[in-house]
Amino acid sequence: MDRKQCCVKLSVQPSRGLMDEKFLVLVQSVLPGFQLTVYASYRCDDGHSWEAFAHYTANASGTVNVSEDHSLGGTYCGVEPMGLMWSLRPVPGSKPGLRMRKMNVLTPMEVTISVYRGHLTEGFVDQVPLAAVVVERWYMAPGVRRVPVTEGGLTATLFLPSGPGPFPGLLDLWGGGGKLVEYRAALLASHGIASLALDYLTPQITKENDVSVLFYNEWTNVQHPQVIDSRIGILGLSFGTSIALKMAVYSQVFKLRCVVCISGSHVQPIKGSVEQIMTSFHNNVDKTRFNEEQQVIWRDLLLPIPTDPSLKVEVGRLRCPLLMVVGEDDQNWPAHESAVDVKEMMQRAGNDHLLTVLSYPSAGHLIEPPFTPFARASSYKILGPPLQMVMVLWGGETVAHSRAQEDAWRKTLVFLRENLYRATSSSHL
Amino acid sequence: MTRPSSPVLLFARLLRPSSTMSPAVPPVLSVVPSRALVDETFRVTVQNLPPGSAVTLHSLHRSEDEDMWEAFGHYVSDQGGSVSVSDDFCFGGTYTGKEAMGLLWSMRPVPGSREGLRLRKRDVCTPQLVHISVYGGHAEQGFAARPPLASVLSERWFMGPGVRRVEVKEKGARGTLFIPPGPGPFPGVLDMWGGGGGLLEYRSALLASHGYASLALEYVNPGELESADMEFKYFETAFNIVRLHPLVSPDRVGFFGLCLGSIMTNYLAAESTAIKPRCCVCVSGVHLYPRGAAFTEVYQAITLKAHKVRLDENNHEIWRYRELPIPGDLSGKVDVGRINCPMLLVNGLDDQNLPTVEAAEDVSMARMMRAAGNDHLLTRIEYPAAGHLIEPPYSPHFRATKFIKQNREKVTLLWGGRTKPHSDAQEDSWKKILAFLQQHLYANNPPRAKM
Repeated sequence: MDRKQCCVKLSVQPSRGLMDEKFLVLVQSVLPGFQLTVYASYRCDDGHSWEAFAHYTANASGTVNVSEDHSLGGTYCGVEPMGLMWSLRPVPGSKPGLRMRKMNVLTPMEVTISVYRGHLTEGFVDQVPLAAVVVERWYMAPGVRRVPVTEGGLTATLFLPSGPGPFPGLLDLWGGGGKLVEYRAALLASHGIASLALDYLTPQITKENDVSVLFYNEWTNVQHPQVIDSRIGILGLSFGTSIALKMAVYSQVFKLRCVVCISGSHVQPIKGSVEQIMTSFHNNVDKTRFNEEQQVIWRDLLLPIPTDPSLKVEVGRLRCPLLMVVGEDDQNWPAHESAVDVKEMMQRAGNDHLLTVLSYPSAGHLIEPPFTPFARASSYKILGPPLQMVMVLWGGETVAHSRAQEDAWRKTLVFLRENLYRATSSSHL
Repeated sequence: MTRPSSPVLLFARLLRPSSTMSPAVPPVLSVVPSRALVDETFRVTVQNLPPGSAVTLHSLHRSEDEDMWEAFGHYVSDQGGSVSVSDDFCFGGTYTGKEAMGLLWSMRPVPGSREGLRLRKRDVCTPQLVHISVYGGHAEQGFAARPPLASVLSERWFMGPGVRRVEVKEKGARGTLFIPPGPGPFPGVLDMWGGGGGLLEYRSALLASHGYASLALEYVNPGELESADMEFKYFETAFNIVRLHPLVSPDRVGFFGLCLGSIMTNYLAAESTAIKPRCCVCVSGVHLYPRGAAFTEVYQAITLKAHKVRLDENNHEIWRYRELPIPGDLSGKVDVGRINCPMLLVNGLDDQNLPTVEAAEDVSMARMMRAAGNDHLLTRIEYPAAGHLIEPPYSPHFRATKFIKQNREKVTLLWGGRTKPHSDAQEDSWKKILAFLQQHLYANNPPRAKM
């Protein structure tokens, strides 16, 4: 067997990492100046295939270091240590509108990283790579415990960090798509915060009750000896923001330490159950727009930002720190306009020292933990009635959005750790 | 803030563990990466402590034999309430100084354990689980009696994801082959341990995680040296199993031996006509072998030297003097002048089991190879105060452990070495061994011809 290029050495460190950790991809023992393609492939739990790739040229020592060298083309360009993860996209021929979300957090994402000869853009399946390794990406650190919660009619999962505790706690709320999505809570527990992922849309009990009473009941139901009840925070994305802000301002029984609101708004009828709030949004459905690809734009449903105070959460009454994360190209919610209004309201009330806004140009609606693929639009099931599937435009541009995710996540972790773990209590006025 | 009182909640509050430090605010302990190969480093940090507070970092591991191993170090937090094991000094415990991995390599059996223990993982498909914890104050004992302030679990793996494990029973050879992930072909390694015998897979699993198809070979049963498979043919067969494997590059196969495995490596590299390794790694070995002897004669030769065995103050057996003085004539030595491939010798200057350094030095390999004109192939690395068992990094140091001799007699052998320099030797030698293997088995330069 006479091959020009034999025994290429490929390594990825760490080979087992958390989803928000960076890795180093190193190719060695190729000929100097060798042109190669580094390729990532992943088959998700639903059976869809995803890929990313980048073109490199080996240096004089016959090495390519993905963290230091420039990608000359592919699904990302330039120096991008984690480009192989965030630029993953469905392989050609896939069903349109896919969004990658790992629903089973007990197993890792297994990504195969390979090296091919030459600068390829297609046909990877038909060629034998020069080398390939498998990388595991985990949402759960070793020792993190997953505790399903079904008492009191709830659908929730509690993730407890490793160790004896006790730990600060966090309520983790996703958006209007419903379902019990666990991965963010699992990752937060891997960072030392006991996190409860809650499906608040599907169970009847959560839809029909007033939000603050609802969550009080739920929290006492999941009281756990390892959670410090004086150190609870709440994190919401999209519609979850509406719930989070309402609780933070109005709850009589909960004194939250801090709130994180991602891609959401304070615009909502102040009184009302979850179901009632959603209905009020649906009343503006005629403001729905469509782009050239017939993708649904819903950002106008809450615009213009009302001046009537009964239609906005009174953020001037907030007594704990608030972090708002906003994508300026959000096509689903008017997060940017809402953040501007929130800031004005808090400035008038004199509590704007509690507010931090992270605003990212060209980032879209789905600002998630870093190093996962970006979806500018995806299929979305409207819970109805009637039940229907549409293609929703989230907005954002791949590189800017991926950078926003990385930056926002790091800052969110710092914010949560500061406010939930700090020895001195936060400003409860 | 009122809560409806409920028996469950009251009971739950009673269960909340108390702490000797500020009760409501736990410190944040992190170990990154939490899942790693055994030869990868980690960063252990503690945050959210009161400034200037005394803490003890502690590691705990329960072995497959159900013995408990632990290490600990004393630290003081800085003005921000943080401790970083990689950056701060440890002022006491099972290690001292700035030691990022001290919590692993300084582990030893907990007080009250059986004597002479050695930690070796048998099942390489699962990780070694190590609990890293932080306790208030500077403690030396009693860790089991109180809960830590925080604790995380670290997984230490011998096998990387995608590495394949294949049991081998072919043409009489017995062992386990570990194949890296990917389409191949890969360079190959024949991996041989020492006279303690049995089938130890962990080094081969680790080599496969670094891109080498490695066969861990079983050639002697514990305590049955007299019936070992030590004929050339056995090792040649094993070497060819690796060489001819469809996923192995046939001209890129080397040897890796420790102790008796090193002796066999030397012998095969010099004298075998059937196999030609591309390079050899010899850890804690010698080139002393009764040439041409059948193995039963080798075994008899060992028993004849039994009177040269010495005992230390603990009645631990010191075997190094059995092979001294190094013979002057060739009858008891491998003719290393005939070796035709790069050799890396790794030895500890405090090896109490074999006179590895004298052998490497003297009439030994260096001189013999110089005379034959092939000493450019030889690289020797010797570590002061390191003992015989130079293993992959961060594994604990074993100065003396139980061993099953021939006739299944159990003794305690003195291996030598002091913990800190021995651990440094393990860490440094492994890096050099991997670099040596990469240079000779992966790089594109052609093999060196004998001059």
